[in-house]
Amino acid sequence: MERVPLERKVLSENDRIAAELRARFREHGILCLNLISSPGSGKTSLLERTLESLPRQDRVAVLTGDIQTENDANRLKRFNFPVKQITTGGTCHLDARMIERHLADWRLEDLDLLLIENVGNLVCPASYDLGEAAKIVVLSVTEGEDKPLKYPSIFFKSDLLVLNKIDLLPYVPFDINAAAENARKVHPGMEIVKVSCLTGNGLDEWMNWLEQRRRAHKSLLRETLSGCST
Amino acid sequence: MGIANSVLEAVRTEMRRYPGTYPCKVGVRLGELTAIDQEALRFCFEAIIRETDLESLELGIEVCPRRHRCQVCGHEFIVRDYDSCCPQCASLETKCISGDELELAYLEVEEYGASTAGAKSTQ
Repeated sequence: MERVPLERKVLSENDRIAAELRARFREHGILCLNLISSPGSGKTSLLERTLESLPRQDRVAVLTGDIQTENDANRLKRFNFPVKQITTGGTCHLDARMIERHLADWRLEDLDLLLIENVGNLVCPASYDLGEAAKIVVLSVTEGEDKPLKYPSIFFKSDLLVLNKIDLLPYVPFDINAAAENARKVHPGMEIVKVSCLTGNGLDEWMNWLEQRRRAHKSLLRETLSGCST
Repeated sequence: MGIANSVLEAVRTEMRRYPGTYPCKVGVRLGELTAIDQEALRFCFEAIIRETDLESLELGIEVCPRRHRCQVCGHEFIVRDYDSCCPQCASLETKCISGDELELAYLEVEEYGASTAGAKSTQ
C-alpha cells in the first residue's frame, strides 16, 4: 500500500468556479452579497424589506436558495426586481456551480447588486464560496445567544451580523449584549446591526450599511479600472 | 452531506492520477472553525459510499485547532475558548493562520491485485 500526501482543498472545484464568478462580478461592477442563517431567522423578510425600500430603477437581482418549493421567490417577485429560485433538491447549501447555472440567462451588465439568499443552515454554507464580495449572517433573538460560539466559521467569515426580530426581545430570554459579545469573541470588531423586519425598527441602519458597501465597491472598482489604464 | 459528497468527488478526481490503483483510505484535515461534526461527516460518508465501487474506502479525520500569529511579536499559538489575545505579549493584534481547513491530506492507494499477489508470496 502506498500513501500519497495531498495538499488539496476538498472544495477546490467549487473554489475555482467561485473565482471565475468573482472575476465576472468585478468585470461588470456587481456587488454580490451572500446571506446566511438558520432556517426561519428572517433572510427572506430582510430581503423583502430591502427590495421594498430600494428605488425601482436600481439594478438589483436576487437568487434565493431552498431545498424545496418556490415560496421565497414568489414572496420576493412582487417587488418587480429579477428574482430566481434555486431549488437544491436536498442539498443543504448553495454551491458556486448552482450560482453560475442560474445566472446564465441574466445579462450581468444590467446589474449592480446581486443578493444571494443561501439555504437555511449555519454549517455547510460557510464552507462554499459563491464568488461573493461579503457574507452576511442573520441571527434572530429566538435562537440562542451562544450561536456564534457553536458555529464560529460563519460568524468569523461574515462581514456583518444582522440581529433580527428585536421586537420580540421583551418576550424571550435572549441577552442581546451577550450575543454581540460572543460574535466579537469569534470575530473581533465584527459589525452588527439590530433590526426588526416586522416593525421596521433598525432597518435604516441596515440600509445605510448596504448603501455604504455599494458606494465603497463602486469606488474600489473605479480605482482598479484607473489602475489598469495607467 | 454536501461536504461528504465533495470529499468523495475530490477522491475520484485525484484517483485519475493513479491509474491501475484503487483508494483504501482518504485522510481529511478538518479545522475546528468549520463546525463540521466529525461523526456526522463519517456517517454521511459511509452512507454515500455504500453499494458503490468505493464501499471499502476508509475515512481518516484529523481535526486542526484554530491557530493565530501575533502581529506584534510573531508568536504563534493555539486559540482556546475564543481568547485570541497573544499569550506572550498580550497584544490583541493577532491573525488567524489555521483552523479553517477542509482539505484532503493523503490518499492510501493499492494496486489492483496487489493484496492477492502479497498473499501468494507468503505461501
